[in-house]
This record gives sequence, structure tokens and C-alpha cells, in this order.
Amino acid sequence: MQSLKLLFDYLIFPGFLFCAVAGLLATWVDRKVTARLQYRVGPPWFQPFADIAKLLGKETIVPEGVSRSVFLGAPLVGLAGVTLVGTLLWLVSLNLGQTFVGDLIVVMYLLTLPSLAIIIGGSASRNPLAAIGASREMKLILAYELPFILACATVIFRTRALQLGEIIGWQMANGPLFWSFSGFLAFAAALFVIQAKLGAVPFDIPEAEQEIAAGPIIEYSGPALAVIRLSRAMLYFILPLFLTVLFLGGFDAWFPAKYLAVLTLIILIKNTNPRLRIDHALRFFWGPVTIAAAAGFILALLGK
Amino acid sequence: MLKNIFKWGLKKSLWVYHAGAAACNNCDIEILDMLTPRHDVERFGVMLVGSPRHADVLLVTGVCNRQTAPRLKRLYEQVPKPCLVIAIGSCACSGHFFRDSYNYVSPIDQIIPVDVYLPGCPPKPEAMIDAVIKAVGKIR
Repeated sequence: MQSLKLLFDYLIFPGFLFCAVAGLLATWVDRKVTARLQYRVGPPWFQPFADIAKLLGKETIVPEGVSRSVFLGAPLVGLAGVTLVGTLLWLVSLNLGQTFVGDLIVVMYLLTLPSLAIIIGGSASRNPLAAIGASREMKLILAYELPFILACATVIFRTRALQLGEIIGWQMANGPLFWSFSGFLAFAAALFVIQAKLGAVPFDIPEAEQEIAAGPIIEYSGPALAVIRLSRAMLYFILPLFLTVLFLGGFDAWFPAKYLAVLTLIILIKNTNPRLRIDHALRFFWGPVTIAAAAGFILALLGK
Repeated sequence: MLKNIFKWGLKKSLWVYHAGAAACNNCDIEILDMLTPRHDVERFGVMLVGSPRHADVLLVTGVCNRQTAPRLKRLYEQVPKPCLVIAIGSCACSGHFFRDSYNYVSPIDQIIPVDVYLPGCPPKPEAMIDAVIKAVGKIR
């Protein structure tokens, strides 16, 4: 019974199916807002679903001399990681008791899994452009992990809790962390990190469509590409949710407004900035963003 | 049932790959015109992709000469099937006034299967959108 409940949680309600549908709708919001910002009409609401349906029916080509299991398995690993993060975050949002010691740390680690999967798959595909893209993705992870961990540490030190349930509970009692100096600085740093984790425009350096075609995913086709796009779409749903849980007080009556505000911020940053070069991105993350996150951390130690 | 869902997806989301087979760049510029916000092809789910592995539609431009013919064939083999091919411009359809040239091979429909022909020198972006939508009708 317990295991059936776990399977249901993971595959259907707060897990895979729910996050996939919500994530695809979130990417539609992204594409539609982008279109409206460019004075276009934009795609209909079912566009991301049509993309996935089409990709699932197409041929999968595995390039010559490529390890089949690694090439096709890597996207699945990424998808599994994203689904697990979504399940954990939703379970704790719906019921504060469903939390365990250190689930924040588990979520932080699982969130690197999609990037790792893309690096592994890209490196396995024997394409020079994919190799460039994979190495850029690695540098990007090096760049954003430090401010990301500092921002999460700020939350941990303010709330004195390692459990997502207790973090939400603390914010229910004392107001969202966003409305304090340290919380605001950590939120700003985490927002840029999430932009990079999504591979959204100023930081879409690994996938730079115009210079290295599609980077690590250049050799993927058919269902494997659908899995990659689906896990990217689910991140569009899960990462703003993660920010909401950490800084804006989690799931309550205002949740849709908070979620859409974070998503809109991400889309606006995406549409008003040109792509950075990889060295500029490193300088940006290790400079201003890390300094902001470190300042927030020091303020958190002082209890501000 | 699954087949119908896939066909619906294919009709609603055609990703185009721009395959230039030695064109004079006139058709290529018009293709870029078609992809600008003014014409907004994303309404029909049409999107430009950078890799032939992601493509559903090949937009082939140009006079196919001895250099490009084998490469065009290889490119077609790299695209996951099913895929559609649109020959854009008079050169791709028939060779136009290069057909007596010493290095001209053949119209591209003798190298790869072509679904829609779009003559014009160059065709207008509106005509290209029409061609892509007509290509949708070829999906069975």
C-alpha cells in the first residue's frame, strides 16, 4: 500500500504527470509572453504538447560509434531527477509534515542532475559542437553553484532549519524571507542562478542556437529529444516553485500570483538581455552574484 | 490512436531546417524574412532549428551543383523520418537559368524526394508560409 502510494505520488499527482502538464503550460506562457513582447501573436496554448507528441513519434537516430545506453539513458536520468525534485517540493508544499531532515540538501543536489545528464549525453554523442556545448555547461555549473549554495545557506541560517517543511513553517510564523535584507539579496542571487539552470537567454551559452547549433543536444532526435525538452519544461515549473518555497512563503492562497511573478521576472530577464560569453558569465556569477549572496549570508549570520 | 496523436503533433509543429544548396542568397534572405516577427510563423508552430536532427521540414534553396549534390543527399539522410522537403526558388525546382551550366547536376527532386515546389526568384515570404502550410496537407 505504502509503495503504491509512493508510485502514485512519483508518477501521477504531484510527480511526473502533473509537473509535466504544468511545466509545458509554463513554457507556453514563456513563448506567448516573448511573442507579445515582440508584437507577435504567438503560438496557441497546445503548442508545447504538439511539439512533444510529434517528437515522440519520430525516428531516433543514434550516431555511428556512440554508446547507445549512455546516449539514450542520460536524458532519462535527467528526467528522473527533475521528477523527484518536483515530487518532493509538492509533497512538502501540500502537507508540511511530509518532510525529512536535509531534504533541502537533497533538492539542491538533484537540481544539478539535468545539467549533468546533458553534459554526459552531449559528450557521448561524438559531435564537436556538442563537446563545446558540454564543456560550456560544465563551466556554467562551476560558475553558479557557489552563489546558489550561499543563497540556500542564507535560508538555512535564518530559519535554523534543514527541512523544507520547517522553512515554510518559519515563514508562516515570521513572514516571507523575501522581506528582509538577507532574504532579498539571496533571492536576487538565486534568481540569476535559476536563469542559468533553465538555460534561459543571457545564460543559454551551452546551447547557443546561433553559433553551435544546439550544443549538447545537437545529435538528439525523436523521443530522446522529447525527454530533454520535457525535463527542461518541468524545470520551468519546478525552479520558480523552489524559489517560492525558499523565499516567498510556499504554497498558500497567493501561490499562483507568487509563481507567476517569479516566472514573469525570468521571462523579462530573458527577453531584455543578449547572450553572454562564457567568460563574462563566469565573471558575472563569481563577481556581483557571489558578492550579493555572500553579503546576504553575512547579514543572515547577524540575524537581519 | 497513437498514430493520430503523432500526426496531429506533426501538423501543428513543423520545425524547419534551412538547407542552402549553393543559392545566390536571395531565397535565403527571404527565408529569414519569413522567420521575422512580422510574419510570425510561430502561430503555426513553425520554428527554425539549427540541427538537421531536430528538423521536420527541409527548406532547400539553390542550384544543385557537383559540390552540393552529395552533401544534400547526406543531409537528407541525417534528418529523422518522417520529414518533408520544400524546394524553394526556381533554381531548386528546375535549375532556372543555370540549367546549362557546366557544373549543374539536376533539379533537387532527382536527388532527394521533394513534397512541395515553390518557384519564384525569390518567392515572397507569404508564399513560403503558404508552401509550409500546403506541406502539412501532404502528411498522411
